[in-house]
Amino acid sequence: MKCCFQQILMGAALGLATLLAQADEVSVAVAANFTGPLARIGEGFASATGHVLKVSSGATGKFYSQIAAGAPFQVLIAADDETPKKLIAEGLAVTGTNFTYAIGKLVLWSAQPGFVDDQGAVLASGKFAHLVIANPKLAPYGQAAVEVLKARGLVNAVTPKLVTGESIAQAYQFVATGNAELGFVALSQVAVPGKPVSGSSWLVPQSLYGEIRQEAVLLKAGENSPAAAALLAYLKSAPARSVIQSFGYGP
Amino acid sequence: MTAADWSAIVLTAELAAVSTLLLLLLGTPIAWWLARTRSRLKPVWASLVAMPLVLPPTVLGFYLLVLMGPLGPVGQLTQSLGVGRLPFTFAGLVVASVLYSMPFVVQPLQQAFEAIGERVLEAAATLRAGAWDRFFTVALPLARPGLLTASVLGFAHTVGEFGVVLMIGGNIPGTTRVLSVAIYDHVEASEFADAHRLAAFMVAFALLVLVTLYVLNRPARDDPGTAR
Repeated sequence: MKCCFQQILMGAALGLATLLAQADEVSVAVAANFTGPLARIGEGFASATGHVLKVSSGATGKFYSQIAAGAPFQVLIAADDETPKKLIAEGLAVTGTNFTYAIGKLVLWSAQPGFVDDQGAVLASGKFAHLVIANPKLAPYGQAAVEVLKARGLVNAVTPKLVTGESIAQAYQFVATGNAELGFVALSQVAVPGKPVSGSSWLVPQSLYGEIRQEAVLLKAGENSPAAAALLAYLKSAPARSVIQSFGYGP
Repeated sequence: MTAADWSAIVLTAELAAVSTLLLLLLGTPIAWWLARTRSRLKPVWASLVAMPLVLPPTVLGFYLLVLMGPLGPVGQLTQSLGVGRLPFTFAGLVVASVLYSMPFVVQPLQQAFEAIGERVLEAAATLRAGAWDRFFTVALPLARPGLLTASVLGFAHTVGEFGVVLMIGGNIPGTTRVLSVAIYDHVEASEFADAHRLAAFMVAFALLVLVTLYVLNRPARDDPGTAR
């Protein structure tokens, strides 16, 4: 009996060893708005390929600086289409690997129910002390929020109340903790699948801001990694697309 | 230097000055008590004061954001007092800085008070000096080097504060965008020329402060608080 047990153990160890040899790690820089969806996609990716993701999340503009300074990310999942193109032009990303994986949707959100109306009229009401946006220099969603304020002619009225999050994640955090009554965040942050949207929100019409085309790209550090290439391929697959749409992104 | 740079510099100086003043007002009695007490709880209180030395600023920033928010106890207190909420305000930064820089003020003061020793104070008492009199005319003058160190360190540490301010400040120009946050902002946006200007200013400032401190404190080191 003892011998059989040992054999089983040996077999299991061998199996584990082969599995580990195939399983690779992909280091991914992901725009803060896509952190939630990527966590789900990462689970599907791991069970389909055995590869695991090592995820860093932040503002796209920050990742640009970090990648330009030699950060060892293999894949960038950005919140815009300019940053991947700029990285390719500067030789920091692989030509021809960029593609649009989602269209971002901007939402004016409050943690308090009934605070935000479905026309966004609350913005002109002056009923709030703080309005949060992501840093427009670093985060495409922050840039989009500024465009909305411009389109509504509210820039001057709102500027004294403006609070800037260093990424869309910090913008969300300021609103979620109630420290700011209102904030422009990504729909994907409040439209978590299977959960009702908390508080109140206004889905900003696309006519008020330039389309947020979110692109992913293979970076130079991932050029020779099959796992990194597999992640980009998986991002285009049906299971990944359904996760992306369930978080409220446009096709 | 641009107008935005100056605004950040002035704001930082104001924050550090106000915080240092409050730190001295609060820190002196705390340090005096810690230096004199025979309470068995002394290690606990001393540890509480020293906590910001050990904790990452993110811990303080996170708890302040939650506690000072509309649902937190501090937030509800400030709102009921009519002060409003503290995050994203100058007052909020002052509260955070005072907590964060407390050990840098209390510890040098406590050491200075401890170095005075009982004998001088007892001598003063036999000359009918009351408790307040002993403190203001004997202890405080003898603790002057400690007071100076505490002031300079409290001021400099507040100027150098970053993580807590980033987490509760909201990066508002003229209100919460202090120097360290302005530099971070420039670096992250790849505006290296702007970052260099402010960063170089900070390096010069830090060096100046520390050299001043060491020069002023030199005699005290030769003669560590001996009673004269």
